[in-house]
Amino acid sequence: MTGGGRIGGFLLWAWTALVLAFLILPLLVVVPISFSSGAFLTFPIPGLSLRWYATLWNEAVWWRATANSLVVGTAATLIATLLGTLAALGLARASFRGKGLLTAVLISPMIVPLIIVAAGTYFFFLRLGIGSGLVGLTLAHAALGAPFVLVTVGATLKSFDANLARAAAGLGAPPATVLRRVTVPLIAPGMVSGALFAFITSFDELVVALFLTGPSERTLPRQMFDGIRENLSPTLLAAATILVLLSVVLLSLAEWLRRRGLKNRGIRA
Amino acid sequence: MSETVAPLAAPPSSGAIRRAKRRSDRARAWRAFGLTLPLLGFLLVFFLLPIADMLRLAVANDELARAMPAAATALRGWDGEGLPPEEVARTLAGEMRAAYEARTLADVAKRLNNDNPGYRSMLMATGRKLPDAPPDDALGALAAIDDAWNNPALWQAFRRAAAPWTDLYVLQSLDLERGPDGAIQARPEGQAVYRIILWRTFEISLLVTLACLVLAYPLAYKLAHLDEGTANLLMILVLLPFWTSLLVRSAAWIVLLQREGPINGFLQSIGLIDAPLALVFNRTGVLIAMTHVLLPFMVLPLYAVMRGIPKSHVRAALSLGSTPFTAFRRVFLPQTLPGIGAGALLVFILAIGYYITPALVGGADDQMLAYFVAFFTLQTVNWGMAAALASVLLVAVTALYFLYARVVGIDRIGVGG
Repeated sequence: MTGGGRIGGFLLWAWTALVLAFLILPLLVVVPISFSSGAFLTFPIPGLSLRWYATLWNEAVWWRATANSLVVGTAATLIATLLGTLAALGLARASFRGKGLLTAVLISPMIVPLIIVAAGTYFFFLRLGIGSGLVGLTLAHAALGAPFVLVTVGATLKSFDANLARAAAGLGAPPATVLRRVTVPLIAPGMVSGALFAFITSFDELVVALFLTGPSERTLPRQMFDGIRENLSPTLLAAATILVLLSVVLLSLAEWLRRRGLKNRGIRA
Repeated sequence: MSETVAPLAAPPSSGAIRRAKRRSDRARAWRAFGLTLPLLGFLLVFFLLPIADMLRLAVANDELARAMPAAATALRGWDGEGLPPEEVARTLAGEMRAAYEARTLADVAKRLNNDNPGYRSMLMATGRKLPDAPPDDALGALAAIDDAWNNPALWQAFRRAAAPWTDLYVLQSLDLERGPDGAIQARPEGQAVYRIILWRTFEISLLVTLACLVLAYPLAYKLAHLDEGTANLLMILVLLPFWTSLLVRSAAWIVLLQREGPINGFLQSIGLIDAPLALVFNRTGVLIAMTHVLLPFMVLPLYAVMRGIPKSHVRAALSLGSTPFTAFRRVFLPQTLPGIGAGALLVFILAIGYYITPALVGGADDQMLAYFVAFFTLQTVNWGMAAALASVLLVAVTALYFLYARVVGIDRIGVGG
């Protein structure tokens, strides 16, 4: 290799390292400061302690926000998973005219900027009488999460051997039994992974929550947002660390399921 | 038709079979479509209708017609020249007093205030001072309450508020207005604020997209040329922030960039700067934080495309005598263009709708279009303006997505999120 090539190779490594450092830097700051024994958001931290986690544990507002987020997230995920799975089955089962357009409409909640969803649902839900509260937020979050289920279940269905369902039907199983005993078990990894994405979408979502919830229905992101604006404290970074941990665990799970699904496809094909 | 072409090859009942097959296919298609109906219906009510209704709000103009229906009808019949005829003024004065009593005049006052700031208090005062019975000389009585009633501009504003639809908000969001003659004209310098906001939104999104491309391309290149195990390991460093709440990341950047923060501390300790730099709650902070948030959206498509390019292509170019740079420029780079297009469009589309990150790490002059949608919805409750600005954003995003679908294909949108 030429000298120029070696310098280029070194520069490329240096750039890669710098960009990776840039990507990971915020996490390297949040996590240590949340374990600081001092009250200031500075480095180096004076000592290690769990005092901010203790403070967080004792604050009722955070518990209420967590409860709200869990309720909304769970309900939205159930709706999204049910409707998304049915639609994915429909889209995979036959081709019909306008299917491309229908698919585009069904995944459009992934595409439309959240601020537009937030403003639109705010105006509309106010008139439906669900403008402020967890019901409206749950419905909006279900709409936002359903496309993730549609996409992940759709991917699983691409490898789904339709002959298995046909065989079951041919052996006399009624459609509901085919669905319950053959189809659902086979697409379950896609459903679970889609459900996890839908849950994280709701659990992390702030813009719609800012429009649709009042102070008494604060969700975790909303509680966090207000906290950052009012007083960015180590307590907040403790909450942030827990959130990071949670999303990493859930999304790793979703990714693992997705990969396992791909591997299964390879084996079955 | 085929019966006439090859009558011997086709069995006698082939038409019947084909018809039966077609019927069963159609039934299957309907059943398949039926399965998508629950989600379609759900999205229709809780997602698509709200957005369509928001578009309607951008041109909705029913405040006057609802509070003062007879006056609205009378104003629609007036030609708009000079001052209106006495009977139009009398209808308006009578209904205005009634609306004041019924506490619905505030909606009308607010609607006219959107047209011309300053009308609200004047109209409310007029409603308060008007006599209960419609005066004989309504024009004179109104003018006696406030001189503004002598000005045809006020009456024209009323006439505009009486129309079934209005382009007021859409025009305003582009810094345009209707002149006295009804022609569209630019708003005066001092009131032209939205073009600045639109330009700022575009500028920040473009800079963030470019920064992402510059940071991501070499990174993706390096990762794509490592063995898969190492690349997957380093990819965790890309995915970890990708999976972290954008709220957490914005908070982290405030901590990092503050005056006493680690970045300023580091720059001072190596002697690069003497006094701490203002890095956050300004444009610098917005650009850094948004680039960080959106960078994975650029890395992932670039990496996917680069992994798919056979290494033999560049090797072939090199063995045919090309320099490494030429081989990169003529053989490798063109094949990565779809990835660049996908990543850049995705980052740009996500960036122009951003609200949270600029709201947290930006200053007053760094707020983007989305901020003003929230501002008009939640703070000043000027829904027409909020809806018009959101519609401008929706049109821009839709146009960009059509471009994206052409460049990348609609199936690949799932990477979004």
